[in-house]
Amino acid sequence: MEAGKNHPAYREACGIIELDKADFKRLGAWPNTNVRVNSAHGTVVVKAVPATQGPHPGIAFIPMGPWANRVINPYTYSTGTPTFKGTPIEVEPAQGEVVLDGIQVVYEVVRGGKK
Amino acid sequence: MTKTVSDVICPFCGTLCDDLEVVVSDDGKKILEVLNACAIGNEKFHHAGAEDRPKRPRMQQPDGSYKEVSYDDAVEYTAQMLAKAKKPLMYGWSSTNCEAQSIGHEVAELVGAVVDNTATVCHGSTLIALQDVGIPSCTLGEIKNRADRILYWGCNPAHAHPRHMSRYSIFPRGFFTGKGSQSRKLFVIDPRMSDTAKLADYHFQVEQGRDYELLQAFRTALKGEWLPDTVAGIPKERIYEGAEVLKSGRFGIIFFGMGVTQTRGKNHNIDAAISLTKDLNEYTKFNIMPMRGHYNVTGSGEVLGWQYGFPYCVDLSRGFARYNPGDSSSNDLLVRGEVDAVLTIASDPGAHFPISSVQKIWNLPSVAIDPHITPTTEVSKLHVPVAFVGIECGGNAYRMDNVPIDCRKVVDPPEGMLTDEEFLTRVLKRVKELKGVA
Repeated sequence: MEAGKNHPAYREACGIIELDKADFKRLGAWPNTNVRVNSAHGTVVVKAVPATQGPHPGIAFIPMGPWANRVINPYTYSTGTPTFKGTPIEVEPAQGEVVLDGIQVVYEVVRGGKK
Repeated sequence: MTKTVSDVICPFCGTLCDDLEVVVSDDGKKILEVLNACAIGNEKFHHAGAEDRPKRPRMQQPDGSYKEVSYDDAVEYTAQMLAKAKKPLMYGWSSTNCEAQSIGHEVAELVGAVVDNTATVCHGSTLIALQDVGIPSCTLGEIKNRADRILYWGCNPAHAHPRHMSRYSIFPRGFFTGKGSQSRKLFVIDPRMSDTAKLADYHFQVEQGRDYELLQAFRTALKGEWLPDTVAGIPKERIYEGAEVLKSGRFGIIFFGMGVTQTRGKNHNIDAAISLTKDLNEYTKFNIMPMRGHYNVTGSGEVLGWQYGFPYCVDLSRGFARYNPGDSSSNDLLVRGEVDAVLTIASDPGAHFPISSVQKIWNLPSVAIDPHITPTTEVSKLHVPVAFVGIECGGNAYRMDNVPIDCRKVVDPPEGMLTDEEFLTRVLKRVKELKGVA
């Protein structure tokens, strides 16, 4: 994060989703493969990694960053703070799709018009 | 011959560690080694000397590439953008010093801007709650010396504030806590078995989004009243037991983070946490403190507080200060399309705002003032690189317990590079000319 957000280390740290072992089984995907995360607010491709601070079946974590911000609920409920946590999501395997770096993941939407 | 600068302040997180030692090269230009800092602080100091760091302002071209421009051009663009805008947003302020914040606010007054800091996506709900119910708090020094009951609620200092536990809360041997961690009980409330939770005496693995219920259950248990068999996934026996342990302490502290401020309930969660603290004071001495993220987000709240009376979301567009989170907050303003220019400084909304807000920044005239290349600088029309506060220039910052600490300069910035303060001073001068103010 402090080593430069235009470098691959940022993607390695934040372009991931931590999934519980049980959820990997349900999903039918191998750990450390790319998955697509869909919510009512957007979609993004991230790398699925085994939970480092689990177990937490049914709950997935994407670290704060532009990848998470493609799918979280932006509504603030009049507090000014978007609802960064507790967004219902669906995860599907995304073989052949790439995890974009910290800048491109933003560009894909703002320049490319993707949701 | 190298030289060592001692008692350096770390400009990374709200813990604002003040015991770093930095070894610099003979000519005082290069950082060779950083001692005592956590991994993140260490990285920040070393990144300051990165070869690929931009040294001059960069203007985005229609084809998406960047062209280097002079600081004079950057001042002109920024001043013109702000002066022409009806209601510009000036967002960030949390990774710069209080001096720069104060100058920025002067600019904001002249151009009728909305000034908002990173609390808006972080501890904004905390600020709303403490305006509702107050906040019984203390300093980190008091916690080190006195606290024997520590709660981390919805925060993970092992990762986000790496030296917080060793300097202030769990491990240090204080005046009345001579046995260090053995004289304290650590509670962690987190839906994950976080690395902080692994150290805890009591870990309550709360169901995600059910913090409000659990906080109120603790308040109920303190009074010995009836509870259902489980609350937020926690059996009632554990809640009664936890409440008794909290009551039996001599001095307690609740630290809380994004787990409660960003989740369902938001400011109401914090209302409940502060009310729990108040209730615990019926039995013993208890305090509560937000785990502030950026090293000077507290300072931004303080400076806005003493200048306008409100800690964030300050709307100056009507010629007087208005505060109404949900209306004058950055994300709401952006999503509703109510601002017509964006200046960001010392923060990264490009990475930390929902993508719908980032899209709006991309569509507007925008300036990003930041030493790094970040998603924000890459969606802004103009990127103004500046010196790192706390590394290449000094200035005042506020620790998470509202203690002001003067940061130190360790090395010189690259030749010709301006600081936040210098750049904003030049923008202020130009805005005054454009607005016809003497």
